[in-house]
Amino acid sequence: MSTAIELRGVEKTFGITSVIRNVNLTVAQGERHALIGPNGAGKSTLFNLISGYMKPSVGSILLRDQVISGLPPFQINRRGLSRSFQVTNVFAKMSVWENLRCAVLWATGHRYAFWKNVDNLPEVRDRTAQILQDINLVSRRDVPAGLLTYAEQRALEIGITVAGGADVILLDEPTAGMSHAETERAVALIRRLTEGRTLLIVEHDMSVVFGLADRISVLVYGQIIASGTPEEIRGNPKVKEAYLGEEVV
Amino acid sequence: MSDATATIAPPRPAASDRLKFYGIWIGAALALLVLPKLFSSGGSLTTFSLIGISIIFSLSYNILLGQTGMLSFGHAVYYGLGGFLAIHAINIVARNKFAIPLPVIPLVGGAAGLIFAMLLGWVSTRRSGTAFAMISLGVAELMASSALILRTFFGGEAGVSANRTKVLRLFDWSFGPQIQIYYLVAAWTLIAVIAMYALTRTPLGRMCNAVRDNPERVQFVGYDPHIIRYFAFCFSGLFAGIAGALAAINFEIANSAYLGAVQSGTVLFATYIGGVGFFIGPIVGAIFVTLLSLGLSDLTQVWQLYFGLIFIAVVMFAPGGITGLLMMHRPLLKGGTLSRVLPSYLVAFLPTLAMITGLMLMIETTVHFTVNPNEDSHIKAFGIPFDAANPAIWAVAAVLLIGGFLLARKTWARVAASWDDALTAAREKGVAA
Repeated sequence: MSTAIELRGVEKTFGITSVIRNVNLTVAQGERHALIGPNGAGKSTLFNLISGYMKPSVGSILLRDQVISGLPPFQINRRGLSRSFQVTNVFAKMSVWENLRCAVLWATGHRYAFWKNVDNLPEVRDRTAQILQDINLVSRRDVPAGLLTYAEQRALEIGITVAGGADVILLDEPTAGMSHAETERAVALIRRLTEGRTLLIVEHDMSVVFGLADRISVLVYGQIIASGTPEEIRGNPKVKEAYLGEEVV
Repeated sequence: MSDATATIAPPRPAASDRLKFYGIWIGAALALLVLPKLFSSGGSLTTFSLIGISIIFSLSYNILLGQTGMLSFGHAVYYGLGGFLAIHAINIVARNKFAIPLPVIPLVGGAAGLIFAMLLGWVSTRRSGTAFAMISLGVAELMASSALILRTFFGGEAGVSANRTKVLRLFDWSFGPQIQIYYLVAAWTLIAVIAMYALTRTPLGRMCNAVRDNPERVQFVGYDPHIIRYFAFCFSGLFAGIAGALAAINFEIANSAYLGAVQSGTVLFATYIGGVGFFIGPIVGAIFVTLLSLGLSDLTQVWQLYFGLIFIAVVMFAPGGITGLLMMHRPLLKGGTLSRVLPSYLVAFLPTLAMITGLMLMIETTVHFTVNPNEDSHIKAFGIPFDAANPAIWAVAAVLLIGGFLLARKTWARVAASWDDALTAAREKGVAA
């Protein structure tokens, strides 16, 4: 199986604090990979490094065997890697429809066009409508994103992330703050939308992690202490000690 | 397009909607044609021309402020350079007898605005917010001081003048009379407004809004916010240049005031007062501010002070501008509950007017003693004569100001309450806010 994402000896330091320490990680194409770890372990920082939001201090990051570390976020996105944010990060004053459409425009090749009427682009309409239906927000189409409920905003966040058709998706705590029922719906949505794509997900809810992931990596104090199938992680004594505690086992 | 899309996507405008849409533009064109028949005096034609120029300039400014979220303190640079290039173009065309008629001269101004925006905008559009605002201010100061130093191009204090009637005549129009200038400005205003509206409906225009709302997220849907801001800046420069060229044609002169801080401030002022949130906002603002500046300067010496007060009032109490205030009433109008708030408006109007009158009395009296202490104390402000030396004036002003303020506070609270009622009633009738 070919690799989608590969991290080679990645380190990130802020001043004298090192947040990510010598991380090596491989995510295979089509795999659903969960990244877990206690608060402050550096999971979001790792996402920021992979998506280009930050540059690694040492090491390199590869997307389908091409080095992407050092590229700005939009270029990484154009190469087919898209991420969501832990704190909802949408276009607050624009409608749900417009939010999704903005996420579709580059991928459909319209770029900075100032000579086309945005309402007259059939494939943009089709794809936006498709995503809108996928995330179950059809009835909220014309509502400004800032006025949606929290769960709806999270769904929109995922919609924006996948709308461009990237085949590597990074989701940063997509179910954080959701009720049990909302979490179940969100997981079903994620499962459906990432079908046939590569998924790297940060998640705190262990039922979500073990239900969704093919493989799991455990990050503690900026280091990956274990990587493997859910069963392997469950049985790993180092993980138990560092993170999972007794209740999961 | 798939069938599913048709049911999910926003409906395509129906034939009646389209008719309405094009009807508005055709109506606007007709209104511009008929306007000089209704108000034919030279003064009103000049006013209309100035309004047209101000509309183009303010809309070009709103490409930055309202559409892309960039606050510029130096937009007059592109307006001024457009004006200077247009004046030089007129002189060159006249001297060499080139076959170029006056109506195409604004294109020279537009090209000048565009090219200078392309040159000066690349660095400043890297960042929005404070950095962009500061750089725009710096560039504006640089240009304004260059205008006084580079005399051969900018003509120093006196500026550069031209005779617009000396270029090639088209259909025997000399463009000497103001009526012909009016039609020239009106035609360009219509073209520019349509073009700038169309721009908001393009992929670039939509991404400008996205950059305004959230430049960070834009990077994660494949776009470089710097490029989007740069494009917006260039378009904004293009239309500002057209406006500047029209102003130069109108006055037959371009001077350093064109690119100065006052001009940059005025366009910010007009755009903001009109309302940055709606496309039509800057148009309303341009009309309002042009009329107000022409009207107020006749009525009082310190009209700029009143401008400042109005600006502060809008920023504090109506951040959506005039258009924002009007648009707030749309749900009430649709729900048929507007009549519930109107009485409380009337009640609030009187004490507010008293407060404003008191404030104006105080300002005018102070102006008399500070600015013109040696003149006759029987002054006339806003057409009302009074004796500034009479101590009773101070008492009257204080009573009006303080009493008006206290009452106005109560009455505006009542407006807010009746407003809530009306909106709730409108919502119950199924009108979305």
